[in-house]
Amino acid sequence: MSSDFSVVLDQGEIARSLKRIAHEIIEHNKGTSNLVIVGIPTRGSHLAARLTQMLSTLEATNVAMGTLDTTMFRDDLRGSAPRSLGRTELPLSGIHERDVVIVDDVLFSGRTIRAALDALAEHGRPRTVQLSVLIDRGHRELPIRADYVGKNIPTSRSERVKVLLTETDGVDEVRIEGRA
Amino acid sequence: MNRHLLSIADLSKEDALRILDTAAELARVTETPVKKLPTLRGRTIVNLFFEDSTRTRISFEAAAKRLSADVINFSAKGSSLSKGESLKDTALTLQAMGADGVVIRHPSSGAAHRLASQKWMNGSIINAGDGTHEHPTQALLDAYTIREHLRDSNGDLQDIRVAIVGDVLHSRVARSNVLLLQKLGASVTLIAPPTLLPVSVESWGVNVRYQFERDLSNFDAVMMLRVQRERMDDAFFPNEREYSRNFGLNLSRLNQLSAECIVMHPGPMNRGLEISADSADSDKAVIVDQVRNGVAIRMATLYLLLGGE
Repeated sequence: MSSDFSVVLDQGEIARSLKRIAHEIIEHNKGTSNLVIVGIPTRGSHLAARLTQMLSTLEATNVAMGTLDTTMFRDDLRGSAPRSLGRTELPLSGIHERDVVIVDDVLFSGRTIRAALDALAEHGRPRTVQLSVLIDRGHRELPIRADYVGKNIPTSRSERVKVLLTETDGVDEVRIEGRA
Repeated sequence: MNRHLLSIADLSKEDALRILDTAAELARVTETPVKKLPTLRGRTIVNLFFEDSTRTRISFEAAAKRLSADVINFSAKGSSLSKGESLKDTALTLQAMGADGVVIRHPSSGAAHRLASQKWMNGSIINAGDGTHEHPTQALLDAYTIREHLRDSNGDLQDIRVAIVGDVLHSRVARSNVLLLQKLGASVTLIAPPTLLPVSVESWGVNVRYQFERDLSNFDAVMMLRVQRERMDDAFFPNEREYSRNFGLNLSRLNQLSAECIVMHPGPMNRGLEISADSADSDKAVIVDQVRNGVAIRMATLYLLLGGE
């Protein structure tokens, strides 16, 4: 099963995608002063940390960052084993009237992002909410789109997209498993 | 994890740690302006209380409501239960009403187990105290409180030394705590007069002492148990003054505890009997923390039992 995969992004490509996204975020928001980067655990948090690092370096400032666990806000919890919870940790300055960029690894059905929007609303009212993903694999079930995309990868539903990051998996790589 | 929470004995160490870790994340979330989570919207949780209780019932009710579940409180007083309805008929009624989870407290040991094993209803059963048998969520919140204070909210309780003092015989809290603390690697010492220890206590794998005085500085946590007069149909000790003198946590014993040692009590307290007012109100006492942590533990339990169903 897992031996049957192809690599669609390697370490260098992931780094270049994130770098481009960082530039796009700065361009679109005319700087970083009002930004809060919010990662969705687990891999979204690591990507958010990397993006925040890049943004801070590019603009020579400290960009606010947080993590937001969406588990308790999901609408598809029933029918599967309960998921373990991730960490929610938003900056003390809050998200009210800020430009929030949600960061996740893969955009698929859009249900995680819907849950994230609900979870975010519990913490305040951002001025704007934007979405950045490393991989957009299609098959949306909700009217949700990403503002910043690392790579669009057309997939079939039966395939699995796996994002591996050094922080959790020891290697930076995006794989597709189960491709016919 | 199992579908029910009837006894600590049914939990693996991993299950127990998962409940503690989930509670820790939920506690972080509920400290923020987010008090309510939509997770159990549309589910019905019944608090079925055949025995008086304030904090456990309110704690479960608060936990269920913070997860957006609908809560029905069913107490023996003023219901058909006081007219002699059997547990079976009550269960069938709850099933007909569509209860997804039932939190049961009952004066008979094994009541929760019976409710879970008889297929009278489909919902998850949570034991909130059955007779002198077990009170698993109390043990979980106690372990959580110990971990929060002594282990930085991480990992198990390896090598933590806990004294459980007082009426062990009638205490479901003590039974659940002994099982859970041992599972998590802590060492447990029971301190009580021989009349208030169960017959087979030597098979529990704990240290037993008949005197409170000795080596108090060796403990990391001291858990005082309530003297359960309502379950005592006999004279278990000569009188209250003597009990208090020999087994109460008074100021002089409090001062013998180490600087980091915490003082716990499952409540309700008999101030002046098993614990003096000085001790209950001292900096070492974490009794209010226990109550607060109870809500997070019960949210975690409800989520893990009902969330994925």
